[in-house]
Amino acid sequence: MGIGTTTLLLLLALAPLGLLAFRLGRGKAIAKMAAGISMHSRPQQYGWYSVVWMGVPALGVALAAAILSLFGVISPARELVLIVSVAVAAIGLAHGLRAIRPEVRARNVLDNTVRFLLMGAALISIMTTIAIVLSIVFEAMRFFREVSVWEFVTGTVWAPGDTFLEAAGRGDEVEEGTSFFGSVPLFAGTFMVTAIAMATALPIGLLSAIFMSEYATRTQRGIAKPVLEILAGIPTVVYGFFAAITVTPIVVDIAGFFGLDASYSNILSPGIVMGIMIIPFISSLSDDVINSIPQSLREGAYALGTTHSETIKQVILPAALPGVISAFLLGVSRALGETMIVVMAAGVRPNLTWNPLEDMTTVTVNIVYALTGDQAFDSPKTLAAFALGLVLFIVTLMLNLVSTYLVRRFKQKYD
Amino acid sequence: MQRRLTGSANDPRIRSRYRTESRFKAYTITALFVAFAIILAFFADIITQGYSAFWRSEIQVTLDYNERAERIGRFAIQEELREVVSRGAVRSIPLEIRNNPELAGSTREVWVPVYSRVDQYLKGNEELDPELAPIVDRLAEEDRIRNVFNWAFFTSGDSKLPEMAGIFSAAVGSILVLFVTLVFAFPIGVMSAIYLEEFAPDNKLTQLIEVNINNLAAVPSIIFGLLGLAVFINTFGVPRSSALVGGLTLGLMTLPIIIISTRAALRAVPDPIRLGAFAMGCSRWQVVRDHVLPLSLPGILTGTIIGLAQAMGETAPLIIVGMIAYIPDAPTSIFDSATVLPAQVFTWASEPRKAFVEKTGAGIMVLLAILLTLNATAVFLRRRFERRW
Repeated sequence: MGIGTTTLLLLLALAPLGLLAFRLGRGKAIAKMAAGISMHSRPQQYGWYSVVWMGVPALGVALAAAILSLFGVISPARELVLIVSVAVAAIGLAHGLRAIRPEVRARNVLDNTVRFLLMGAALISIMTTIAIVLSIVFEAMRFFREVSVWEFVTGTVWAPGDTFLEAAGRGDEVEEGTSFFGSVPLFAGTFMVTAIAMATALPIGLLSAIFMSEYATRTQRGIAKPVLEILAGIPTVVYGFFAAITVTPIVVDIAGFFGLDASYSNILSPGIVMGIMIIPFISSLSDDVINSIPQSLREGAYALGTTHSETIKQVILPAALPGVISAFLLGVSRALGETMIVVMAAGVRPNLTWNPLEDMTTVTVNIVYALTGDQAFDSPKTLAAFALGLVLFIVTLMLNLVSTYLVRRFKQKYD
Repeated sequence: MQRRLTGSANDPRIRSRYRTESRFKAYTITALFVAFAIILAFFADIITQGYSAFWRSEIQVTLDYNERAERIGRFAIQEELREVVSRGAVRSIPLEIRNNPELAGSTREVWVPVYSRVDQYLKGNEELDPELAPIVDRLAEEDRIRNVFNWAFFTSGDSKLPEMAGIFSAAVGSILVLFVTLVFAFPIGVMSAIYLEEFAPDNKLTQLIEVNINNLAAVPSIIFGLLGLAVFINTFGVPRSSALVGGLTLGLMTLPIIIISTRAALRAVPDPIRLGAFAMGCSRWQVVRDHVLPLSLPGILTGTIIGLAQAMGETAPLIIVGMIAYIPDAPTSIFDSATVLPAQVFTWASEPRKAFVEKTGAGIMVLLAILLTLNATAVFLRRRFERRW
């Protein structure tokens, strides 16, 4: 808040100065031109030139103050920062105006300023990544100071404490004052739900993609593709509701029909619904890949007398394999990080099992529950969310890197 | 593929290959139809769950502004009907009397909303207590119960009473959050894209930024929630649950989408336009500002709309930054506690009471209608302004 308000006030203070700088700079250039002096740049470029001289040093001062106070070196008073910045702005403006001479290349200065400004914007994405890594690692380290990494990675009991289970109505299952942070059951649940999702999404998505790119006519494709993409535009909270209200009872009924006992927070129905969510993802990526395979490969195969499906299975799919695998991996990364569906439809009970009809819980469910309680922010129960988030981030990052690598290699092959 | 069964085509091996061929094709069609069937089932399900929330039952009662009603509104209604009407509907009667003293002692015929369980009973969703059901049935026969369009659903905020709950405050929250997201992510996204596409030299830094943006686009959304919590709330002290923190968090999440689509739009502008401008003596920035940007603007807008639509449907990171609070009144600034439409849907979905199921369904229908409109706008923009060079 503090820094935000200061920035806002500073911008408000500098805006009229900037307008003044532009008018004065342009005015001076116009005056010189009227006097018959040939200037290097256009008048408004001299206007912007003065704005740059006014604004850049002032913002630099403010930025320096912000960085200093952020790292706790010194925190100057807001008023002081404001006054110094505006003073610097005024000095800069005076200097900029005085500097307007025919040989000054205002246009080039302007271009370079814009370039640095744009580069700064582009660096924000890097800063976001650094911020993600730093903030999550920092909080996770606070967690690992109290819980050993070994226990977190290999422990099979996840019981972060009574409050959490009481919220789920099972306070009696945990002894007073004990906390266990073995994340294996959470990752088991996450991988189970991911496996179910991919088992749903891959065949439907890939086969639909094959139909759209190989068999469908132009019109059919023109209809099918956007209709499938509707699935991609549905918010995950809606999928969660669909899973919990509609799919779970169906799954329980069907399991009951076969004499199986399914829990009402089984992991199968969120898995299936998550798979539905991923279908358009797999289908549109696979469709792109299949379309990018050169026609000559198909024609070569036809010339050898293969049928259409044989061509697809023996020529096109092997050629498209790296792309399909990369789509698959991106789908996996999506499923691992998907939150709302599992929060709404899966259970909160850590359970190490192979049976998808039982409750299981996932990493993201536990991140949400750890951070929606009323605990203090420095308890291991809350910090556990960051440890889980860290692992999730690392795993999905790996998957993304592998899949980008595959796509790049694949592209080189046919270009 | 032509299939003339002459000569070798009668060979059993070839016929079996043709059978495999048609079977394979059938598989692919089936897959597509399964996907279509799911979409149909999905929409049918949401609509059947939710459409009834757009109507509500009202009952005609005689309000008697007696002395007891000056303290507790329920006493304004005859005893038999007190369990039938909504508690929320009569809550304001004492205030009403205080504001208009001339009302005291008078009576008035009005239509008021009914208690949610009665409403559910009338819609055939739920059983009612055996004492209450006959009363309701009799009232229905006497035509003292009517079914009207539930405007209140759009004009009121969340409530613990299902019959009073609406989406207004969540809708305002969504607008505020999207506003912050747009103001934050659009300029930075477009600027980054311009840098990468038009200015950046091809060096290690540029490649790093590029790989980084692609990765950010695939980072799970909940991680952005953790980031927002750690950086915006804990470090910068942005108020928890506010539209500001939600918008900034979603902004960081939307940034890569805007950058990627803006780059695609910039790349679609052919080089001769740039070269022509350079030949006329433009500087690089002039080329971008006067030629490339105006030409690629429709593409940039399309990408931005899609990014915003995605942000609008997002819930997980917002839960982490505290946007699932119970918010009955619409926020008035970006610093107020706010909730957004999908978070409202989530809150209703976790309510055990049956009456909230239809609210959830209706909330989802509104949300989907907005998202489909946004996406359709994006498609329309793309079609309308698509240029072939």
